[in-house]
Amino acid sequence: MSERQAPRPRTYGVLAIPLAVLGVFFVVPFGMMVVTSFYQRIEGGFYEPALLLDSWRRLFSEVFLERAVFSIGISLLAGALCIAIAFPFTYFLTRMRRRPHVALLILVLSALSLSEVIVGFTWSVLLGRAAGISNILVWLGAMDEAAAYQPSFVAVLLGLSYIAFPYCVLTLYPSLTRLDREVTEAAQTLGASPWGTFWTVVVPISRPIIMAGFLLVFVFTLGSYLIAALLGRPEHWTLSVFISDQASFNANVPFAAAMAIFLTALSLAVVGLVVLIESRTRRLA
Amino acid sequence: MSVDARGGLELRGLVKRFGEVTAVAGVDLELPPGKLISFLGPSGCGKTTMLRMIAGLEPPTEGRVFLDGEDITDRPPHLRDIGMVFQTLALFPHLSVAGNIGYGMRIRGVDPERIRARVDELLRMVSLEGMGDRRISQLSGGQRQRVATARALALEPRLFLLDEPLSALDANLREQLQVELRLLQQQLGITTIMVTHDQREAMTMSDLVVVMQAGRVEQVGPPLEVYRRPSTAFVARFIGSTNLLEGRALADGRVRVRDVDLRVDGALQAYEGDRVMISIRPEETHLSLEALADGNALTGTVVFVRDLGEMFECYVDCGLDRNVVVAGSPRDRVPVGQGDRVTVRFPPEACVVVRE
Amino acid sequence: MRPLKWFVTAFTVVFLFAPLVVVAIVSINENRYMDFPPEGFSLSWYTALWTDPAWRNAIVRSLTIAVASAALAVAIATPFAYVLRAYRIRLAPLLYSLGILPFMLPPVISALGAQVFWNATGHVGRIENVIVAHAVFFSTLPLITISLAMETMDPSLREAAQTLGASPRQTFRTITLPLLVPSMVTGFAASFVLSLNEYIIAFLVAGFSVETLPIKIFNSLRYGFTPTVAAVAVVFILVAGAVFTLAAMYGNLLRFLGADPSIVERERPAGEAPGPAGEIVREPVGAGV
Repeated sequence: MSERQAPRPRTYGVLAIPLAVLGVFFVVPFGMMVVTSFYQRIEGGFYEPALLLDSWRRLFSEVFLERAVFSIGISLLAGALCIAIAFPFTYFLTRMRRRPHVALLILVLSALSLSEVIVGFTWSVLLGRAAGISNILVWLGAMDEAAAYQPSFVAVLLGLSYIAFPYCVLTLYPSLTRLDREVTEAAQTLGASPWGTFWTVVVPISRPIIMAGFLLVFVFTLGSYLIAALLGRPEHWTLSVFISDQASFNANVPFAAAMAIFLTALSLAVVGLVVLIESRTRRLA
Repeated sequence: MSVDARGGLELRGLVKRFGEVTAVAGVDLELPPGKLISFLGPSGCGKTTMLRMIAGLEPPTEGRVFLDGEDITDRPPHLRDIGMVFQTLALFPHLSVAGNIGYGMRIRGVDPERIRARVDELLRMVSLEGMGDRRISQLSGGQRQRVATARALALEPRLFLLDEPLSALDANLREQLQVELRLLQQQLGITTIMVTHDQREAMTMSDLVVVMQAGRVEQVGPPLEVYRRPSTAFVARFIGSTNLLEGRALADGRVRVRDVDLRVDGALQAYEGDRVMISIRPEETHLSLEALADGNALTGTVVFVRDLGEMFECYVDCGLDRNVVVAGSPRDRVPVGQGDRVTVRFPPEACVVVRE
Repeated sequence: MRPLKWFVTAFTVVFLFAPLVVVAIVSINENRYMDFPPEGFSLSWYTALWTDPAWRNAIVRSLTIAVASAALAVAIATPFAYVLRAYRIRLAPLLYSLGILPFMLPPVISALGAQVFWNATGHVGRIENVIVAHAVFFSTLPLITISLAMETMDPSLREAAQTLGASPRQTFRTITLPLLVPSMVTGFAASFVLSLNEYIIAFLVAGFSVETLPIKIFNSLRYGFTPTVAAVAVVFILVAGAVFTLAAMYGNLLRFLGADPSIVERERPAGEAPGPAGEIVREPVGAGV
């Protein structure tokens, strides 16, 4: 709608209800979490009001830093892996004729509707010793004995890339459908091979959207819990798993709260970066 | 013609500003009821804004709107007794054809039987009998236009407003619908205001043309009058094509153009020495190979000739800023070609003095 | 380039499909041990979903939460999206950002916040807690779909209704709201599917007393395993796929995903109508203007 009307008092009333719900059930809990990070931890999972920086200080502990670095690292890797596969895939997809084009889109969207727990489960089977890839290879004679590839770093990485993949494709999709067909044709008339065209024309033009897709996967996988919990040992846990663990089993809620705030700040920063890139892309489009 | 005198519109001092931009810069109009009136002008001239102010979709920054003597300026659109066809047609996609046409009546709580009867009547009126149950997406462009028309006229409003109603259609369909709409309007005798940028459309359909530019009214009059007697250079150029000759006023009421004194139509309202613009349509001019005794003529060299079959155009360099264009039917075609010296005659009654 | 194109596409398809195929095979394996190649064919694991009360209850609980929270999410998002787009509200962009914030942050943050909140109120371990937490978390989705529908709705539709005599309230009731229904349905479907699959919020908020399906699956994987889980996975895939397909049929799939309009146009014949929710589509062939 282009023309917005002037609000009347009743309008604010209507707006107030959802705002109140969001306020009470999101803003307040978030605020309470912030406050809790300063609380005193008590054995057995409880905490009492206090103003301590203990939990915040633990953010500088080796335990946390190791977790944080690992988390960020694996998310960056997942982002790179996703983009490496998703970008060429989406590019080819947008060039296809209608039927394969739509069919592939539906396949990608169907993968999107899988829950993380299902994905975690299926990959644990696929990479396991009982009914996975190695079993197929043994059956085909390529391997002697079945091996378990999970829990492992690679398993977590693959799982994260899998769940992030459809989102990555959907982020790249609008931009790549708008890529002027004639630009690549022009490059070819100037002597560039299809391979050369891809690297010297398509990729540079798409740099902002590649960046946005990469960062999106990064934030998304940063928030993932189930994949790391199902496919990795404690040394492969992401921050989300660590926080949740502290909040439930290790019963150190203030520390969990402090970490959650750190994670919030990090996520907001990255999301802000994505928005900045997308707005600049739109201005150029 | 209809006896119904509903729908007399008066606009007093209408101004509309959007922040820094002035869309309508002061318009006073008194429009007769029962006629089809076109607001004609290039994009950005303010014609759509004017229509929206009449509809009540845009409040005027200054000025008042009167309908049959009543001040309706502060009345919201749903209380204004109007029917409007939008540029995008704005048909409700979730309602059927009958649902769209009957919408106004349903809102007012009219008895369903009466709605059904009236919808059938309207469908017949716009040649869409039996299509009441169709969905909008199943209709062609022309059919959708007719539904929009039927919907707007369902409640027999006092004013029928159309915002570039045919712009989304292709050329053939447009011309056909222009005639249909005009005949419908005449049959109903409803006061109709139509916004268009297409001067042929305005000429085809209107009783009265209001030519606008840059937020102001340049001229109001019946189509032929506006064509034959444009009051400003803008109107002369916008409607049809024209030759504009620049000259100086003389004491005897003639205008000196280049080295020739031309007689013009009507009394010259200018002081001696004033700069004057004359407009003369290409088809009013005449070509001749001989010099003429009459005197209302300029000599020149033929620069270019276009023989288009049904007509011809001859561009003659008479030593003025621009070439003079002579046009005519094949009967009038004088055997001249590029480079020939000719005389172009300007009949005085066709030389109209225009403001700039 | 052509062979590369086929390789990439085939690889991706296999990558996307592989886990699903394996799980489907495991779910029909007669043998309890999840080996591959499968020993025999059996649908017993599917029937276990019905006969085993633990699984049945978990399914019912998850469905209940999903329906309730999705409905609540749409109820929160609709007035929010409508008012922000139809009226000039100061700080509208800020409010909109607040609306999409819950979903943009890692779920563990909302989960932890909700846990702390409900602990403080003393209203612990109840299913309503999960419903509300999910509703707030997923309200972003209908907020986005409804806002998008508002943005693309032809403004002339509201104006046309008014010239036909509808007051602003009547216009909203008879025109705007019906045209928003497709986007509300899409938002509901998205919230529903995601709620069904959601783990961490449900766990931290009431995980020990309210065992949802994802929680049960997770526990099964950790503490003991039956191929029933594989059967659940397959059912999940089918249900989610069906829900999503139904929702996608309401609107133009390609356009909804943001495809370039010229690609969308190849779907429609020339001289076309507005979209099913009143969106403005490109002008038909032969347009002048």
